[in-house]
Amino acid sequence: MKTNIGLIYKKEISSFFNSAVAYITLIVFLLLAGWFSMNTFFLINQSDLRQLFSIVPIIYLAFIPAVTMNLIAEEKNDGTLEFLTTMPVSDAEIVIGKFLASLALIGIALLFTFTQLFTVVMIGNNVDLGALICGYLGLLLLGGAYTAIGIFASSVTDNQIVAFIVSFLIIAIFFILDKILMFVPGFLSTIFEYMSTGYHFESISRGVIDSRNIIYFASVITFFLLLSIRILEMRKWR
Amino acid sequence: MIRIDNLTKYYGSFLALDSINFQVENGEILGFLGPNGAGKTTTMQIMTSFLAPSQGNIYVDDLNVIDDSYEIREHLGYLPEHNPLYEDMTVFDFLKFVAKVREIEPASIKRRIEEVIEICGLQKVVHREIGVLSKGYKQRVGLGQAIIHDPRILILDEPTSGLDPNQIAEIRELIKTLGKKKTVLISSHILQEIQATADRMVIINEGKIAADGTLDELMAKFRGDTILEMELKDADTSKLESIPTINEKIKVVDLKEKDDQFNLVLEYPNTIDPREDIFEYAVNNNWKILEMSRSKTSLEDVFRKLTVEQGGSHEN
Repeated sequence: MKTNIGLIYKKEISSFFNSAVAYITLIVFLLLAGWFSMNTFFLINQSDLRQLFSIVPIIYLAFIPAVTMNLIAEEKNDGTLEFLTTMPVSDAEIVIGKFLASLALIGIALLFTFTQLFTVVMIGNNVDLGALICGYLGLLLLGGAYTAIGIFASSVTDNQIVAFIVSFLIIAIFFILDKILMFVPGFLSTIFEYMSTGYHFESISRGVIDSRNIIYFASVITFFLLLSIRILEMRKWR
Repeated sequence: MIRIDNLTKYYGSFLALDSINFQVENGEILGFLGPNGAGKTTTMQIMTSFLAPSQGNIYVDDLNVIDDSYEIREHLGYLPEHNPLYEDMTVFDFLKFVAKVREIEPASIKRRIEEVIEICGLQKVVHREIGVLSKGYKQRVGLGQAIIHDPRILILDEPTSGLDPNQIAEIRELIKTLGKKKTVLISSHILQEIQATADRMVIINEGKIAADGTLDELMAKFRGDTILEMELKDADTSKLESIPTINEKIKVVDLKEKDDQFNLVLEYPNTIDPREDIFEYAVNNNWKILEMSRSKTSLEDVFRKLTVEQGGSHEN
């Protein structure tokens, strides 16, 4: 059976680049990532991208909600969701197509930071290329998890601002869990740590690809995408 | 054939559709008429699988919307109310997107888009962004996306609302042309709209079917009474009030006396025509008839009767 995921994906990509959304978010992303990762780069005098890998997750907090906020909320508000879902297109195809499109935009943003990667590779000594590749893989997986959360937030409302705030809050919770461990009782701290995105991202960006980390990100993505599909299907509740 | 079978829809505790039944025959244009909030859009949204019924089902031939939603959607072309479109796309890109989703052969997509542009009169705006088009053009784009896959069934929800008279005439013409080959269900809260396009109509009010039939059938069924207005001179009230002695089916609806003239309004079923008898009666009493005019109930009155007097809404 043919799938419409590709069509939805293409539609979203062209809609990103037809409007100002893609350009503005990309520029802001690159300015922030470039400044915060490179301003101390030569002072630290290390041949790695630790700075970049620690700043991008923070930029994600606002960048990803900005990319995903309109994806479903706007279609609900404009009524185009009714037009789209009454064609032979499934809710899952819509959600997955939109997810892949925004992940592609994040991929493009990361691609632009390759200027930093090349700088390190060209002028650095003892460059651990494996760790760098793992770091980028980690950023992509992290971006995927946050994007799934953003799409979920966009599916619960028809208001883009609400979608932005909801996704920012959920992402912030995942982001902060492993940074507040000293305030939580011991038996909770392992759970908090394991639930946090930061813990898994850091494991990967150290250069170790552990299946547990991959499974974690895959689960977060699957969970929030499934939730979004269920939310869309809620209109068919009797 | 589309068969709406005992369809019921609750929004929370609000009953939007109360077990309605009707059929749309193959090849007919069926008008779906009712005041705002009567349940027209809900019915159409269930038919197109945007919503699911609380009870009951809709059958399209031997398919039904609960089990075969995907297949039914392939056979439908749908123009939703308010005509939502991707406003940042050009007309051509939009039609191309729909054509691909509708699984039109890649080789024939271009030809099919050209056909639709021709049918809907979109030649002048093909490469313009939908967002900047006039409402009339947007409506044609909406119709274009609904027919691009040449569906057997067209569902049009208020296709002419918000258009100016010229645009309305154009869209009606377009719908009639399309309706020659397709089964069309068209909704409206305006009677003239349905009268102008549909072969048969179903009137819905407060989630219930109030009437179902062709224009003539509905007229015959609900026209009911003829109104006879008379202006008389030299008459007297008590005699005038006794007019029903001529025929017990005649009712005096209104009687006004002004100077020495009387304005009399009578009502009787259209199965009888007592005008001659009334004339004789007037002559026998030496009344002078200045005016006598008969008016039949229009379909508009029937619609009002069905939708307002049954406790319906007054919002239109």
